[in-house]
Amino acid sequence: MGKYKESFTKGIVKENPVLRLVLGTCPTLAVSTTVIGGLGMGVAATFVLVCSNIVISLLRKLIPSMVRLPAYIVVIAGFTTIVQMLLKAFVPSIDQILGIYLPLIVVNCIILGRAEAYAGKHSVGLSALDGLGMGVGFTAALVLMSAIREFFGSGTLAGWPENGMFPAIAVFAAPAGGFFVFGLLIWATNKLSAKFDKEFTPKTSFDCSACPHAASCEKMTMGGGCDE
Amino acid sequence: MVEKNLTVRSSPHLHSGESTKMIMLDVLIALIPACIAAVWLFGWRAAALIVVCVASCMASEYLSRRVLRRPQTVGDLSAVVTGVLLALNLPSTLPLWQAALGGVVAIVVVKQMFGGLGCNFVNPALVGRIVLMMSFATEMNTFPSPWVDGVTSPTPLAPDAAGAYDLRVLLFGFHGGTIGETCAVVLLLGFAYLLWRRIITPTIPLVFVGTVFVLSWIVDGGVYEATYQILSGGLLLGAIFMATDYVTSPVTPLGKVIFAFGCGALTVLIRHGGALNEGVSFAIVVMNILVPLIEKATYRLPFGQKRGGKHA
Repeated sequence: MGKYKESFTKGIVKENPVLRLVLGTCPTLAVSTTVIGGLGMGVAATFVLVCSNIVISLLRKLIPSMVRLPAYIVVIAGFTTIVQMLLKAFVPSIDQILGIYLPLIVVNCIILGRAEAYAGKHSVGLSALDGLGMGVGFTAALVLMSAIREFFGSGTLAGWPENGMFPAIAVFAAPAGGFFVFGLLIWATNKLSAKFDKEFTPKTSFDCSACPHAASCEKMTMGGGCDE
Repeated sequence: MVEKNLTVRSSPHLHSGESTKMIMLDVLIALIPACIAAVWLFGWRAAALIVVCVASCMASEYLSRRVLRRPQTVGDLSAVVTGVLLALNLPSTLPLWQAALGGVVAIVVVKQMFGGLGCNFVNPALVGRIVLMMSFATEMNTFPSPWVDGVTSPTPLAPDAAGAYDLRVLLFGFHGGTIGETCAVVLLLGFAYLLWRRIITPTIPLVFVGTVFVLSWIVDGGVYEATYQILSGGLLLGAIFMATDYVTSPVTPLGKVIFAFGCGALTVLIRHGGALNEGVSFAIVVMNILVPLIEKATYRLPFGQKRGGKHA
């Protein structure tokens, strides 16, 4: 059961897609001005992520590796369209907030990244859990960031109270403030997970397989992790 | 035998006695006339702004150095200079907590997060002002008239005020604006002091103001209009005290000219084509960001080396 737990929990802090892997920054910065928008984006992306991970994992032995990226994109685009139709039909207000960023889930690199790095190589159950964990991590990061930005930028939380609690510091709602909050959160997560890693994982068990440099990394062949 | 009492050190061997603290002190002295004029024109509120900004900058500097466990630098007075410059860039009716917030942004975000004095890539006071402008657009764009309580007057650059002021009014500062930018005479006094003490070279201010003058002459079509442009807004304050910041301006002579020309051209462009009436702060910050590139393109080559070739 350990690996099932691991495949779910690693997406939340240790390999958080936004704050540790720095993927999907475009929707993160764009929709994190309000908590509702951040939550909507997170849930929509999580749905697509879990579904596409399951389907891609099921098809992983059928898809020839030469055309795997177009195949993944087709699957992801299919689920994105479903989400878009559902939102338009049942919660048009969230569809309004997310705007162009909803169809852009197709090219969200978290989803393609998980398909390529995980679902194409692992069983259905593990892939579903991985997608769910990553989705929860993405949603948590978005909600946290949008809460900070909405609180300072408009003086409200999830739209309450209507007139704001105090005079808003509008720069938090502007793109510059988005980058600022983003940077601070990355710093905090790095601090946190450095502490976490030191306490609970011996250095040698550091998993380098997801690292883009794994194939050419000298330290990998020598059996040790990075210096981090 | 080697004499053990002799210490071997590389040059330079003579120290002029000049230090960061001395330079900052000279800048502060150069700013005194502007501060006096600000209080004279805008009353105790201007004094309060200056005190709050300086206090906020010094506290931010002290606390962030403590938190980051770095050597304490609050004594080098650079935070005081940032505080005074920030205050001079604010309208006198700005709520004091907003001014204090500007100081925190300037020191903590712009300066200390990048490593402290010498490592910031843009002018801290200017970014403090820009963040305040983006955050509190109403408060930052309400300019009270000097000597009259509760009455606001447009800055000389506001569209409906174009050409409304006599040049003598602009020279002595009896018009709406931030507390330190209106009185041109005292800024020029500070400029003269900085030149006399050799704290700054005249290149950047002269080229900056000259560019604005020439381009405004071309765009507005007259010497009067061009003079009007260089005496209004934050141009003199920016050109003399902000664009000449050692950390964020080029060191090469040609680089200084390019930098100052860019500042001037962008200022005219924003004033005439942009949504904002005034563009000095944005112009300087944009050129600050380009400084590393300007320096790379203009550094002096060792004899026989070609540009773009191997690095020395």
